[in-house]
Amino acid sequence: MATTALVDPETGLTQAQLAARHGLRVAGERPSLTEYSRRLWAYRHFTAAYANAKLVASYSNAKLGQIWQVLTPLTNAAVYYLIFGVVLGQNTIPNFIAYLTTGLFIFNFTQSAVLAGTQSISGNLGLIRALHFPRACLPLAATLTQFQQLLASMIVLVGIVLVTGEPITLAWLMLPPALLLQALFNAGVVMVVARMGSKASDLKQVMPFILRTWMYGSGVLYSVKLFDRLPEWASTVIQFNPILVYIELARYALLEQAPLLNESVTQLWLVAVGWAVLGGIAGYVYFWRGEQEYGRG
Amino acid sequence: MDDRYETSNDVTVTLPRIVERIPTVVVDDAHVIYRVHKGAGGGTTPVAALRRLVKRSSAPNIQEVHAVKGVSFTAYRGEAIGLIGSNGSGKSTLLRTIAGLLPVNRGAVYTQGQPSLLGVNAALLNDLSGERNVTLGCLAMGMQPDDVARMTPEIIEFSGINQRGDFASLPMRTYSSGMAARLRFSIAAAKKHDVLLIDEALATGDKGFRKRSEQRVRELREGAGTVFLVSHQLSSVRDTCERTIWLESGLIRMDGPTDEVIRAYEAFANGK
Repeated sequence: MATTALVDPETGLTQAQLAARHGLRVAGERPSLTEYSRRLWAYRHFTAAYANAKLVASYSNAKLGQIWQVLTPLTNAAVYYLIFGVVLGQNTIPNFIAYLTTGLFIFNFTQSAVLAGTQSISGNLGLIRALHFPRACLPLAATLTQFQQLLASMIVLVGIVLVTGEPITLAWLMLPPALLLQALFNAGVVMVVARMGSKASDLKQVMPFILRTWMYGSGVLYSVKLFDRLPEWASTVIQFNPILVYIELARYALLEQAPLLNESVTQLWLVAVGWAVLGGIAGYVYFWRGEQEYGRG
Repeated sequence: MDDRYETSNDVTVTLPRIVERIPTVVVDDAHVIYRVHKGAGGGTTPVAALRRLVKRSSAPNIQEVHAVKGVSFTAYRGEAIGLIGSNGSGKSTLLRTIAGLLPVNRGAVYTQGQPSLLGVNAALLNDLSGERNVTLGCLAMGMQPDDVARMTPEIIEFSGINQRGDFASLPMRTYSSGMAARLRFSIAAAKKHDVLLIDEALATGDKGFRKRSEQRVRELREGAGTVFLVSHQLSSVRDTCERTIWLESGLIRMDGPTDEVIRAYEAFANGK
């Protein structure tokens, strides 16, 4: 009788039929996008705990510990101010030090997230090969870690901005949504580089150069007005540079007289939202498509 | 069909109709070939680099290793299966294939639920304390935060890392390799797995821990899971598994009750 039949290779069922009969799944199969998103959501506690753990671990060998979260951006700002503000004498921009630090901290968020993301798969092979969880947890945790760092540097930034005499205005309210949009965009980019970095380990060596080029194209260290000297098409391209857009939004929010490349704030917001949505979704889908390959080799 | 029932099932049968054995892992003529990149990351000495430069023209940079050459078997719920064989016979590769971490080139591997591979290489975050690693590991296995909080002391107790002072609060990089392996085993064994794959993990740890972990493996089996154990320690295979698969050069040499297979294997190993 079929209902009591013992299922066994010897009974004539092939292995595949046996597996199908008991609802077994092919090992290492990639789940559908909705199923994947559901699992990712179920693992949100892990993502958060992992991001937190990374943040703690990154300073665990330093004597001053967590204070470096604030000291690192401060030192960075001091070095660049010394070179671009004092030595090279940038004095065309009003309140240059605040202008510089805003750009620097916003850019640094993307830069460090991308650098961490490049290694978020290749640097966690032990964890990936041992345990099963949606791999997108790792690049997302890398983004989250850097977001926490960003919040620490934002405290420093607000201090600098206030000390240099900028007034508190309603425009400051624009800062949190701008940072959130940037975080979304970063998450997308990080997922892309995480997948690329899992295959090509040389990417880690190339990334600093790409990021440096990106930094010079984002008007971090000098006045964005310099881009007006470029040919029309080039300066249009730079206007749509996502990091430049996020930096301009932050500068517009915090500083009274900062020079901006984009004249229209509405356009800035539209581009910022566009990049966040496009980057976030495209990065997520791209990362998901490689899900079954991570940790192999 | 019913004849086979009688003979192959040593479980006490009270209701014959529901003792249908439920397969948890079905391996169907699996072939695993992996590619070894000899170039990048091969040797870092100038001599090795030079040899690579010279050889690139003649030999291709990638070598293929046919590690598993057509393996078929079915594992059932409640079984503990030992995998034995000499070094390089494809045991660990097969285990990683079952875990879904290596793709098969031909054939297929079907599993119930998601098998968990518990190997000595399962690295956690070395800069974090043992306790935090337990939390992370449990969350990574998909446990809920309140369950994790409840189970953390139990896991640390089981691993025995606190026997010599408060190691749970120290970073894992300060642990001895045995302590780290014990903690990893304890984390993975804390959850009920459908299929648990253990790669040499029981070989680490002292006698007391080994005893506890063998007990734990038995409990996991009773929790309706299937356990695979790769080990060179025939005694631990004998103690935990009633069925053993002997792999040799990527092929199944023998598959049957542990005692028989181990006897044959020992004869083979001594005769070599």
